Formats: sequence, C-alpha cells, structure tokens
Amino acid sequence: MTAVEKRKLVSKIVLSLSSLSAALGLFFLFWILYVLVSNGLDALNWNVFAFEGAPPGYEESGLKQALVGQLILVGVASLIGVPLGVLAGTYLSEYGQRSKLAETIRDISDIMMSAPSIVIGAFVYAIVVAPMGHFSGWAGVTALTIMMIPIILRTTDDMLHLVPSTLREAAFALGAPKYKVILQVVYRGAKAGVLTGILLGVARIAGETAPLLFTSFNDNFMNTDLNEPMASLTVTMYNYATSPYEDWQKLGWAAAFILSMFILSINILGRIILLKKKGK
Amino acid sequence: MTSVMDRLFGNMTRITAILVLVIVAWIFTVLFQESTLAMQSFGFDFLTDEKWAPNLEKFGGYAAIMGSIVSTFLAMVLSVPVAIGVAIFLSEIAPARLKTPVGISIELLAAIPSVIYGMWGLFYFVPIVRDIVGGVGISMLAAGIVLAIMILPFTAAVTRDAMNTTPDILKESAYALGGTKWDVIKDIVIPYAKAGIIGSLILALGRAVGETMAVTFVMGNVHKFSWDITQPATSIPVTLANEFTEADGDLYFSALFELALVLMVMSFVVIAVSKFYFLRRTRRAS
Repeated sequence: MTAVEKRKLVSKIVLSLSSLSAALGLFFLFWILYVLVSNGLDALNWNVFAFEGAPPGYEESGLKQALVGQLILVGVASLIGVPLGVLAGTYLSEYGQRSKLAETIRDISDIMMSAPSIVIGAFVYAIVVAPMGHFSGWAGVTALTIMMIPIILRTTDDMLHLVPSTLREAAFALGAPKYKVILQVVYRGAKAGVLTGILLGVARIAGETAPLLFTSFNDNFMNTDLNEPMASLTVTMYNYATSPYEDWQKLGWAAAFILSMFILSINILGRIILLKKKGK
Repeated sequence: MTSVMDRLFGNMTRITAILVLVIVAWIFTVLFQESTLAMQSFGFDFLTDEKWAPNLEKFGGYAAIMGSIVSTFLAMVLSVPVAIGVAIFLSEIAPARLKTPVGISIELLAAIPSVIYGMWGLFYFVPIVRDIVGGVGISMLAAGIVLAIMILPFTAAVTRDAMNTTPDILKESAYALGGTKWDVIKDIVIPYAKAGIIGSLILALGRAVGETMAVTFVMGNVHKFSWDITQPATSIPVTLANEFTEADGDLYFSALFELALVLMVMSFVVIAVSKFYFLRRTRRAS
C-alpha cells in the first residue's frame, strides 16, 4: 500500500467513525423525542386542560392548575426580567462599552448564565421563602427572574452592538440627546435581534424545574395568588413522574409534551424573526 | 429637561447593570452565611466525611461531592467523543442538504427541558441498565449516561461552532496540497479551533456539574459513594432536590446550604476557567 492509499484509508475510517458517532448521538436524541411525542399524544385529551389535579384513579383529573401556574410564573418573571435585562444590556453596549466595569459585568453575567439553577433555588429559599415562612409564587418568580436577566442582558448587548455606529452618529448630528438616540434609533435597529433574545430567554426559564422545587413548590389545585405555593408544569411533571400511579405518570407525559411544544415553538418563532430580518 | 432625562435614563441602565454584580455577590454571601453553622460544626471534615445521618445530626458531604465529580466525569467521557463526531459530521462531512436540518434539530434538542431527559431516563433507560448490569438500574452509570445524552446537543453545537470558525481559505489550501479530509481536520481545523473547542467543552462541563433534573430521577440519592458505578449514588444537585423540602432543623439546612455553596464554587471556577482562559481570544476577535 502506498502512502497515499494509506492516508485515504485512514481518512475513510475516521470519517466513517464520526458519521457513526453522529448517528449514535442522533439515535438517542430522536429516541427521546419519539418517547416524548408518542407518550404525550397518548396522554393528551380535553380533560388535561379542563380539570385540576385529582387523587390517582379519578377520571376528571388534569393539569389546569399547572398550566395556569406556569403561565403566571413565567409571565410575571418575564415582566420583571425583560426590562431589567434589556436596560442592563443597553448600559453595556451604549454606555459602558469596553470599560472595566462593563467587561466585569459581562464576565460575571456569562458565568451566572451557566450557574447551577438549583443553587439559585436555594438562594431564593433563604431570602424569600424562609422570611415569609412558606413557599410562594413570588419566590418562584424571583428565582426565574434571576435566571433570566443574564440571558437577556447578553443578547441585548450583542444585538445593540450590531447596530452601525453611523446610525447613532447621524442621530446625534441632528441634535438628539443620547437617550432619544437609544430609544428611537438603536432600539429600532436592533428590534428583531432583541426580540429573539427575549423569546429565547422566556423559553429557557419556562423549562426550569430545579429553581422552582423549593420556591414556588407545587399545588394540586387552582391558585392564582402569588403569595401562595403555585403549581408549575415542570414541578408537576417531576412529582407525577416519580409517583407510582400510572394515571399520574400519564399526566406527567402530557405536561412534558405541552411544555416542550411551547418551548420549541418559541424557539422556532425566534429563529423565523431573525431569518426574516436577515432576508430583508 | 432633556439633560435630566438623559441622565435619568443613563443612570437607570447603569443601576440595572450593576444589579447583576449585586445579585452574584448576594448569592455567595447568603450561601456562606447560611452554611456557617455547618462549617463551625464539621469544619473541613464536611468535605471528606461520608456519613450523612440527619437523625443523628451528622452531616458529611463526601458522597455528594464525589458523586457530582464522578457523574460529570462519566458524562463528559461519554459525550465528548460523540459530540466531536457529530461536529465533524456537521461541519465537514454532511452534504448541505443534511447540514441545516440536522444542525437545527440538534440546537432545538438543546432547548428541551432537562426534566424530560430525566423522565425518559427513568422510564426507558433505567430498565435497560437493570437488564444489562443487574441491580436496581438506578445508579451512577445511568446518571452518567443520561447526563451525557442531555449535554450532547449543547456540546455538539458548541464544538461545531468552534470548528466552523476555521477560515475556508486555510482548509482549501490544505486540500490543494493533496490533503485528505482527515488530514485537513486533524492538521488544520482542530489546531485552529483548539482553544474554542476546549473552552466550549469546559463550559459544557460546568453545566453538567450543576444539572439537577436529568440526574435526580436516575441516581437514587444514596449517601454512599462507591467506585462501582452500577450502584445507586447521589450528587450535590440530587441531594438538594430531594432533601431541601424535607429538611428540618437548622443544622440540616445549613449542611444543605454548604453543599449548595460547594456546588456554586465548583461551577463558578470551571466556567470562569473556560471563559477567561480559553474563550477570551475568540471573543476579542468577534
């Protein structure tokens, strides 16, 4: 065998190995997707949306309380987290820029983004749940907000940075004060990107379980009062899946399916917004 | 008037940005404060003592800490070669027709909540482990594998992104010299993207250390560390998830907070190393 043939052979072997490992990885991932979809569709029916949680064995048992709780928790956390994240990102991109403070905030926030979410749950337990004396929706909202800020901050910073500085200079030349330049020129230019960042941030916190386990806790019944423990799809899923009752496990899969579809659609929506923007 | 608004808006953004620093400092302070009781009671023995007996008010974090390290190590050992394979496949082998759909589906799989990987692990994977290695199936091994699968989309996507930063002109030059695909990958792409790949993989490791839901279902929460990975075990996140709502007594809580602090420090250090040491260069360039 010549040197060339040998190199070609080695190349073929390695490429086949990596194709194989790609196939192996994709096999597991699609297996999980298949399990999720088949179990989810199997468990999904009108009762899931119409009824609150019930003891095992009851026909009229559903996830209404978890769906409502999830929407409230994620919604309120977004209402607080999005403005904070966008403003902080604005500071980094428009005011702080390459200053020491801005760079430190970027680094710390990047680290925060990957920090263990369960630790944030423990932190919120200490500062909200323990003083209040009981689990509450507000505690869950606090934990999710803390998780959300660094994500939104990062994408806002990146997206505002992409707005050409000539646009800013043009606005300044017209005599506009800085805050007007930011609000009316920079934000407008970065709208699609920032929106995508917000969507991805919402999708990210919607799938979190660990920070909710001992903050918002769970509730088998409908509750819209943030001062009380509140159900979420993720914690309900965890409790039902680890229960020994088959109908509860089924509801767990229904919750998993609904949540995944929600998260995937937000993700896809975010991508479409970005693609459209690029297409223009 | 405008100058007032200007200053108001500028300061508002500055305060929110500084808020991030405040929160992080606050997290460390609170975790430290809450764990002082356990630190005073057990000292450094907490890190090396395996006995975790809430009824005797005796707490040692060794099993949980080792469990975190070993499960993460297992997950990385299993996930990294596959991730690199997927990345090579996506960036160098796959035809354009496959590249985009496969790439996007991997990115979307990274968005699926980890609790679902845990559920899949419990209902579908643990029985297989049980059939193959015996025992109850709920084990360090199952946890390592489920964790490996859970971080695979992330590791594959970041490795691919790092590889894609290699300029085409470099690769084309190597092909023009008669290099095979593997020659180009090992002599051009990997050396060029090395810092990015290593940094991204360490970042994935940082995430795996703190991952809770994918492993809670399949690890068992048994405070006994064993090098036999077919045995049930525990890790810091698993212990926290299982015991936080059940804990009673100040010392119990304090011990759990000390575990949380250890976990936070571990992941903080890992992520910081990846960001500051390996990924710095790529960010400056961008």
